[in-house]
Amino acid sequence: MKALLLYRDRDFEFPSELPRKLDLEQELSPHELDLVQDLELVTLFNVMSRGDRFLFEVAMRVMLASLDDPGAIVYRQQVLADCLARPELVRELYDIATEAMDVPKKASWGWSSHFPASILAGAVRALDMYMELLKRLRGTADQHAAEFKSEGFSNLFRTLQLELDNEYFETVRRHLKQLRFKNGVTMSAELGGGNVGVHYVLRSPGSRRPAWRERLGLGPKNAYSFSIPPRDEAGAQAVGELEARGLNLVANAAAQSADHIRSFFAMLRLELGFYVGCLNLRDRLVAKGETFCVPRPLSWDPPSLSFMELGDICLSLRLEQPVVGNSAYADGKPLVVITGPNSGGKSTFLRSVGLAQLMMQAGMFVMAQSFDAGVAKGIFTHFIREEDPSMTSGRLDEELSRMGRIADEVSPRSLLLFNESFAGTNEREGSEIGRQVVRALLESGSKVVYVTHLYDLAESLRLEHPDTALFMRAERSEDGRRTYKLVKADPLPTSNGEDLYYRIFQTR
Amino acid sequence: MSVPKIADATSVPLIEDHSGIRPFASLMYDGHASGQEVPGPPPYFTDSNLGQVLESLYKGREEFDLAPFFYSTAPNLETISYRQEIFRDLQDRSLISGVQRFGAQMRKMRSYLRGAHAVRYKYQREGFFLDAARTYCEAIVTLQGVLSGSDLHSRGLKSFRRCLDDYVSSEKFRNLADDTRQRVDDLARVVYLVTIQGSRVTVSRYEGESDYSAEILQTFDRFKRGAAKDYRVAFRDLPEMNHVEAQISELVAKLFPEIFEPLDKYCLQYADFRDTKIDVFDREVQFYLAYLEFLAPIGSSGLPFCFPEVTDQSKEVFAEATFDLALANKLGSQNNVVVNDFFLKDPERIIIVSGPNQGGKTTFARTFAQLHHLANIGCPVPGKRARLFHFDQLFTQFEKEEDLDNLAGKLETDLLRIHETLSAATSQSIIVLNEVFSSTTLHDARFLGQRMLERIIELDLLAVYVTFIDELATLPKTVSMISTIVPEDPAVRTYKVVRGDANGLAYAMAIAEKHGVTYERLRERFSR
Repeated sequence: MKALLLYRDRDFEFPSELPRKLDLEQELSPHELDLVQDLELVTLFNVMSRGDRFLFEVAMRVMLASLDDPGAIVYRQQVLADCLARPELVRELYDIATEAMDVPKKASWGWSSHFPASILAGAVRALDMYMELLKRLRGTADQHAAEFKSEGFSNLFRTLQLELDNEYFETVRRHLKQLRFKNGVTMSAELGGGNVGVHYVLRSPGSRRPAWRERLGLGPKNAYSFSIPPRDEAGAQAVGELEARGLNLVANAAAQSADHIRSFFAMLRLELGFYVGCLNLRDRLVAKGETFCVPRPLSWDPPSLSFMELGDICLSLRLEQPVVGNSAYADGKPLVVITGPNSGGKSTFLRSVGLAQLMMQAGMFVMAQSFDAGVAKGIFTHFIREEDPSMTSGRLDEELSRMGRIADEVSPRSLLLFNESFAGTNEREGSEIGRQVVRALLESGSKVVYVTHLYDLAESLRLEHPDTALFMRAERSEDGRRTYKLVKADPLPTSNGEDLYYRIFQTR
Repeated sequence: MSVPKIADATSVPLIEDHSGIRPFASLMYDGHASGQEVPGPPPYFTDSNLGQVLESLYKGREEFDLAPFFYSTAPNLETISYRQEIFRDLQDRSLISGVQRFGAQMRKMRSYLRGAHAVRYKYQREGFFLDAARTYCEAIVTLQGVLSGSDLHSRGLKSFRRCLDDYVSSEKFRNLADDTRQRVDDLARVVYLVTIQGSRVTVSRYEGESDYSAEILQTFDRFKRGAAKDYRVAFRDLPEMNHVEAQISELVAKLFPEIFEPLDKYCLQYADFRDTKIDVFDREVQFYLAYLEFLAPIGSSGLPFCFPEVTDQSKEVFAEATFDLALANKLGSQNNVVVNDFFLKDPERIIIVSGPNQGGKTTFARTFAQLHHLANIGCPVPGKRARLFHFDQLFTQFEKEEDLDNLAGKLETDLLRIHETLSAATSQSIIVLNEVFSSTTLHDARFLGQRMLERIIELDLLAVYVTFIDELATLPKTVSMISTIVPEDPAVRTYKVVRGDANGLAYAMAIAEKHGVTYERLRERFSR
């Protein structure tokens, strides 16, 4: 039995045990850490989780495990639509699954033991409790299945009704009663290395009937017995161990069954947890009055990226006032280059593109009026960083080693976001490196969005890609103030730190 | 200091057999040549870090006492090619993995035999003995299957294959194999029931009672997902049965007399089932396996190995893309080992290595010594291509840091050692000197260095001379090589040692190159 709310055909991979303390550097790969840091994803995860550790992990891991198939994205978008329509039912199912997580503790079960008999007893207690919760799930399915439209939810409810019928609950009850073995155990064995008994398998007791010749004392004898003398403690211990070997497999079977049921609930909880996170996020955006929409995932070729009033959701979640949105039309253009003065909204723009792409590929809504984009195989960020604190390597060295690491993971059809990359050296060298990197990426079928103040780089990219690149520039209004709006415009030879200087120095 | 003299060739006696099995002598020497291995490492093992290499090679194979094979250079070029041929044959993946399987089976066989000697109860002893014989037969069959399915070219393996074919079709082996299989099959058919009720134990024949665990698993099968935690308690299987198990085993023997009586007879009849030639092969082939298994992870991290041309006719030695084997082994899969090239063209004989520290000079010197030793024991060497010299003696003298404490007597000791070396050296010898005299005054070092080189030149030795006195490279027969670093970032070790001047790559592009993010490198990486 599977929940299948995140993928049509498989479970989501999630650690069965979370680390004691959240430690991003431990849990994420360098590339994922870059994404979290560069796109400021923690803000988003916090809103989705409302401070719940588990929901935080779920939001983080599901978002970082991007889907790369438009069909799979639509599957999630439909499940999410059901959730947005019936939030209270989704939260109720989530609560049942969460309750199941406490069963092992309540049944004092799951402690490792050296005694198959006590493993068996604990497993039987846990199985009893799980059956109660499964009955509740079935009840919800019976009552509300008709209200859900998505393929994901419909299948889940159908599965619950099919697999967990009344007859099944009765069979389980009978077994749980039998698993007590009051009258000793019978097991079969074979001869292993050194003619020692192996493969002890518990057999249904009492089914053996001696042949009539044997019962009359004729023919070959088919059974021999011996008893351990009362004083032979080592002998008694050896017999006890043999018995334990017999119970070993059945205890294992019962315990694994309990585990499987638990992991069914765990999976259900995890998958619902992601949608609960989306509900939390939706509530917050609605309260703030931000616009959001269902994005349109397209195939990678031909290159497509176009959006209207796209905002940086993480920036919005941190601010009181609504944020400025941007629109762009870069269909047919695998390269977007953004130039213009500092603090003009270039980084915000870049982040909003990355965030929307990532949210779209998680099956979420995005903060825009519309967002259509090709679905990437991988999403990578390479942002300028503060000075390397350890000072073990120079800045350029650090930037390039990060790029090298990215290159290990990039596959064709990736989206790469560069923010003032390779500025750790002089303009001539930085531009040359940038050009080489961009050229190699585009030729291998990836898309690049590049924010740079290096005129040499931007201009040469313009000459190299006259038709296949979109150039945007941070805009300023008539009076020289920044609007945080980007417009389609070719790079200018100067990048004005100058007016930033004036703004700061004239106002104080 | 010198390579211990290899004893004069005496012919190894072929192992005789009276069963019409064709003879086989050794995988180490062909039928005519022979050798005696020296028991201890040559003096240059420490300086060259070959000692470390050997230690890794050796791990897990202590029982074979392989070290002498690695210590002793081959007595002649013929022996080197005899071994290279075997190495070449073993390049075949299916052959080597088959031989590895054989080795593992033989190891298992020996451990069963040890078990049979150690235990007390009769049926357990017989069980272990049967396992040993069974494993032995399997090993032989494995080996024959693998060898007969391989396209062999080496004299050594071909000769062994003939001998093995004869052995396998001999009556002796066929009887052993047939009887063993019969006993094993009989025992495998035994299934019995043990019923425990309090202190009473009943042993009976199994009559198809059903598996209750399977019923439970099936009931909950619909929840099954992926691998489950294993709740089976691991019972400690003591090497020896306890008396309850022994009692049970006797009752099982009573239940199945038709199986256990023939087993008693079998154990007496085949008490000594092993064959000497198989044991010789088993040991000697470990020399090849040990080395190839050692190379495998290094090779798969992208570093090349080759069969060197070994010659005593020319001193125009060279190696392409070679590296320090001990270092590569130590760095493991990180694969940041830098490869170097070197070559000597007549009349060049001496490589003077100078340049900045931490730049790989010592590594280069070690590499040169390692290559020559490895080539001369018949092994493949690090590098894409190599021609190496069949030396009579190899000398190394490396400056050691701890020596710096005792400067007074040191110069004298150093000079005495070098003198000893140069007296023992012949025109067929190789010498590798690393920063000797570095602790004396510049004037002395220059003077002494020049004198030593003149002697080396006069003896026509092949030499590597690591020194900070680069003007020594102006002497005849010398060629200069320098270590390199990234000038703006001296912390970066390149380990690259090249002829002539450092290259003029701009700093930024050099770093980009280092991280593999230039256009060309990226295209390469993306197209993988």
